[in-house]
Amino acid sequence: MKADPRGVLTGVHFIDGDHACCEGALAAGARFAAGYPITPSTEVVERFASRVPTVGGTFIQMEDELAASIALQGAVWGGAKAFTVTSGPGFSLMMEHIGYAAMTETPCVFVNVQRGGPSTGLPTLPAQADMMQARWGSHGDYEVIALCPNSPQECFDLTIKAFNLAEEFRVPVMFMMDEVVGHMTEKVVIPAADEIEVVPRKHTHKSTKEYLPYQTNGNPVPEMAHAGEGYNFHVTGLTHDERGYPNMTPQTQDKLVRRLQSKVRAATDRIAMFEEEHLGDAEVAVVSYGITSRVAQRAVDLARQRGVKVGKLRLITAWPFPENKIKEVASRVKALVVPELNLGQMVREVERAAGGQAKTFAVSHAGGGVHDPQEILRVIEEANQCR
Amino acid sequence: MQLSEIRIAGFGGQGVILSAIVLGKAASIYQGAFATMTQNFGPEARGGACSAQLVLSDSPVLYPYVTRPDILVVISQEAYNKFGPELKDGGTLIVEQDLVRVSHIKEGIKVFSIPATRFAEELGKRMVLNSVMVGFFTAITHLLTPEAVRDAVADSVPANFRELNLKAFEKGLEYGNGVLINSPELRGFEAAAVVEE
Repeated sequence: MKADPRGVLTGVHFIDGDHACCEGALAAGARFAAGYPITPSTEVVERFASRVPTVGGTFIQMEDELAASIALQGAVWGGAKAFTVTSGPGFSLMMEHIGYAAMTETPCVFVNVQRGGPSTGLPTLPAQADMMQARWGSHGDYEVIALCPNSPQECFDLTIKAFNLAEEFRVPVMFMMDEVVGHMTEKVVIPAADEIEVVPRKHTHKSTKEYLPYQTNGNPVPEMAHAGEGYNFHVTGLTHDERGYPNMTPQTQDKLVRRLQSKVRAATDRIAMFEEEHLGDAEVAVVSYGITSRVAQRAVDLARQRGVKVGKLRLITAWPFPENKIKEVASRVKALVVPELNLGQMVREVERAAGGQAKTFAVSHAGGGVHDPQEILRVIEEANQCR
Repeated sequence: MQLSEIRIAGFGGQGVILSAIVLGKAASIYQGAFATMTQNFGPEARGGACSAQLVLSDSPVLYPYVTRPDILVVISQEAYNKFGPELKDGGTLIVEQDLVRVSHIKEGIKVFSIPATRFAEELGKRMVLNSVMVGFFTAITHLLTPEAVRDAVADSVPANFRELNLKAFEKGLEYGNGVLINSPELRGFEAAAVVEE
């Protein structure tokens, strides 16, 4: 399906990542957002609030992040594509409802413009320290999808992708920006609406009598019906059967939770997006994501100039973790260097996936700024000495 | 265009951020180059220290921040005192001459001054001083073509102030060209800037 032209601001713009994310959401068909303002994410919904009435949508500023993160799910069950936007402390408050979205299979997008933490931390400065929270922050076993843009252009492109993945898999998608990407202004090209592919809601074709809300029919992702269409259905965070009714037995739990997990895990390679360069002859690979990938690129270029055989692997999809890709790269290089704006999060996943095939080096940073490329270069050179 | 690091600094409300947006837009949209703009500002709506960082290049900009600016544009004394020492050796300093007193300047720094506020007031609105500065910047640095910057100015300001801002831009551009012509010691710089393009 092509994008609705009313929401697409076709043209060449010089805007920041937050605004580009908002335009991506509008292009993807989002017509509802609920939010509670928090630096450095507020600009996304600020723009949405002024733009969305022109396309017949709604923005509600809620009383807090708990309310925002559940209001958007009500909108989804009412038939809208919806999202919310927040940063660190607000993301923490949303965890309960991220689990609810996973359990009820509510397709939606949570944008987190990451700032320094823990707690209120550094409101106006960047970090990438919510990467594990994005994956594991809510209780119970579940899977989400998480994407990491590294430019305003990608904030536009990948927000559309985030909405599309949410619809395809009926999962909450975490859009993991950071303060630098959010507040950085660059050229953003917004194509014509007929060049933008949008995944529509997986709406049921069954009659109101036949429809069972969590019946899978061979496809692990069930079809949806919306409130007010005449279908009877029940949406609950309790363990439920195909009818959506609570059924708290180990058998139902096993069937449901395994399906919630496998519908995403089985598609890991298909969901995985990454960018690679110079990996052909590389002996060291730098694995990075988000804003750090741009700083790392400079370090890779400097190391190449010095004759170090180093390549780069940029993760665009952080979750589900692209294990097979890391495994494959690790089998060809002697070391993996992982710079990130935290004290060691995705590096442990990289190390686990590498399975001892290559040595893993973290280049940690507590946040509040970006790495000095020289620091990454130093670790690349150290990694190049190993074995 | 070689990679150029630019910092524009002043008080909030002087149009610092808009100046950087205009120049970034000129480079990336109207001149086919690459530009990345980041900004720092306090919680105040106006009056607080405010600075924009702009990186221009022929190839995609990777590192988004300015480390040692090649060009520093300052519109307040506080901004000069704070950011003056960062300027790269041999760099270019562009100042609003009635608002900034230049002192302790390192040898080799090229200093260009303009009474931008006065020009803006003569044009009828003090508010357009940033467009005067943008015009002056365009003339002095030769990084961007006047056509590209003119288009970016027209595209970035509210329609009812477009004409006034374009006049302000031309005023700054003209004054800058005059400064270069009338300063024999700076002609070498002008020539070098042209060659660098």
